[in-house]
Amino acid sequence: MLPSEFAALEPFTPWVLETERERYSKRLASSMEEMQAFYDVAFPLLEQASEHLDNYPLDELPEPERNLLLLMFSLVNVSFPVEVWKQARVPDSGAAYMDLVVEPKV
Amino acid sequence: MPHFAKPSAGSWTEQYPELGTSPVNYEDSIDPAYYEAEREAVFKRTWLNVGRVEQVPKTGSYFTKELAVADTSLIVVRGRDKEIRAFHNICRHRGNKLVWNDFPGEEVKGTCRQFTCKYHAWRYSLDGELTFVQQEQEFFDLDKSEYGLKQVRCEVWEGFVFVNLDPNALPLREYLGDLAKGLEGYPFHEMTEVFTYRAEIGSNWKLFIDAFAEFYHAPVLHMKQAVKDEADKLFNVGYEALHYEIHSPHSMISSWGGMSPPKDLSIVKPIERVLRSGLFGPWEAPDIGGLDPLPPGLNPGGHRAWGNDSFEFFPNMTLLIWKPGWYLTYHYWPTAVDRHIFEANLYFVPARTARERLKQELAAVTFKEYALQDGNTLEATQTMLKSRVVTDFPLCDQELLLRHLHKTVADHVKEHTDAAQ
Ligand code: FES
Ligand SMILES: [Fe+2]
Repeated sequence: MLPSEFAALEPFTPWVLETERERYSKRLASSMEEMQAFYDVAFPLLEQASEHLDNYPLDELPEPERNLLLLMFSLVNVSFPVEVWKQARVPDSGAAYMDLVVEPKV
Repeated sequence: MPHFAKPSAGSWTEQYPELGTSPVNYEDSIDPAYYEAEREAVFKRTWLNVGRVEQVPKTGSYFTKELAVADTSLIVVRGRDKEIRAFHNICRHRGNKLVWNDFPGEEVKGTCRQFTCKYHAWRYSLDGELTFVQQEQEFFDLDKSEYGLKQVRCEVWEGFVFVNLDPNALPLREYLGDLAKGLEGYPFHEMTEVFTYRAEIGSNWKLFIDAFAEFYHAPVLHMKQAVKDEADKLFNVGYEALHYEIHSPHSMISSWGGMSPPKDLSIVKPIERVLRSGLFGPWEAPDIGGLDPLPPGLNPGGHRAWGNDSFEFFPNMTLLIWKPGWYLTYHYWPTAVDRHIFEANLYFVPARTARERLKQELAAVTFKEYALQDGNTLEATQTMLKSRVVTDFPLCDQELLLRHLHKTVADHVKEHTDAAQ
């Protein structure tokens, strides 16, 4: 599913999600342990993934590369709970929601 | 000790004596009668930004805009002559909503050659003419030329599409005035990659503008967004703007932007360090023309520490331009005295590489984390304002734009009620 250099990320492919809404929902449905485990493997590969992906034009990413990018979007999404919040929800956000209704295609 | 000079009047607020410095009454955010007056006096009479030209790129491209505050829905469409027009979304036969998909209350967009009513198939051209009536011979001397769609004033400024329900309104450019003029030439047309957020907020629309028209709350409400040492520092320093300007009914606040890129990398989160992006956007500006030099209306104080300017175009559009070359708009669409739909758009130069796209993703996700805190806080504010236990609130010099907003709405409401008497 992912480029072979990124085999270490294969256990986390459920985080390969098409939309921000799905990524954010998965974040809310995950425990801190699950997100931490994903982050611990993915974050050290972020720079290498960016470098790898930059070999391709953004609108012509092969399937494994596109999956890798979507996975990195999820990493961005969980970076807040892991790096600062220590919880899945944004503190002080209560029942408030905010939907991303238009997002750039990849 | 202030970090930035204040005007010779002593404060930003005292430069505008008509605003006064006394506490401000917030009855205007809880009184249903006032809300009704606002709908007439403000939203049916001022220019409202409903989108951008990129949303109607070619002949027949259209989108609908629900304007609950004015009890209507509009169709914005590009005609064969390339003109963008706006119409009330109502069929002239028996008043069906003309353009909608499965759910009449939801906004839609698309491309078509003409509009056909779902009810009895009357058709309208892209410029609003009635072109076809089913079983026309059954009607009584029906003159089709008298049954075109009801048109609404529609004008474009720098690619922003505005409508006005008042046929006698001043032309858009005149209405937008000097603050807008100072932004002309900014490369908005290059920043076509958009993230659109939407939320329903349980507060009066003005309360959300209040939250985005001052940054005094940022080091407090958003404290946990920064790493610990930085948060403590920000809290102790507080917030001061570089510059304010009011060209009533519009206003602006100019601010510093110390994090793009930050002098000290240890003050930002690890993901920001790797992606070189964050709340203030990607740290490096995109490679396009029009950013250097900037139009004269940006960084009006001429400060070296400048980071962003936020413009409040009355009544409900915020336009926030960041130094590294991207911008945001916020719109606050009232649906009741204590509810509104909040919409935020983030506009970037389209990413060419995955890395650029990841930077934008981080900026967008970060924006959402902040905005959720703001939105939720407003619901708490609304419920307590409603108690009327306290009715008047002291606003500080950094809350100048709020003072101006509430007074401007009040002036419109008063002028309108006086005229009606
Ligand atoms: S209401 Fe539209 S055709 Fe009858
Ligand atoms: Fe805020």
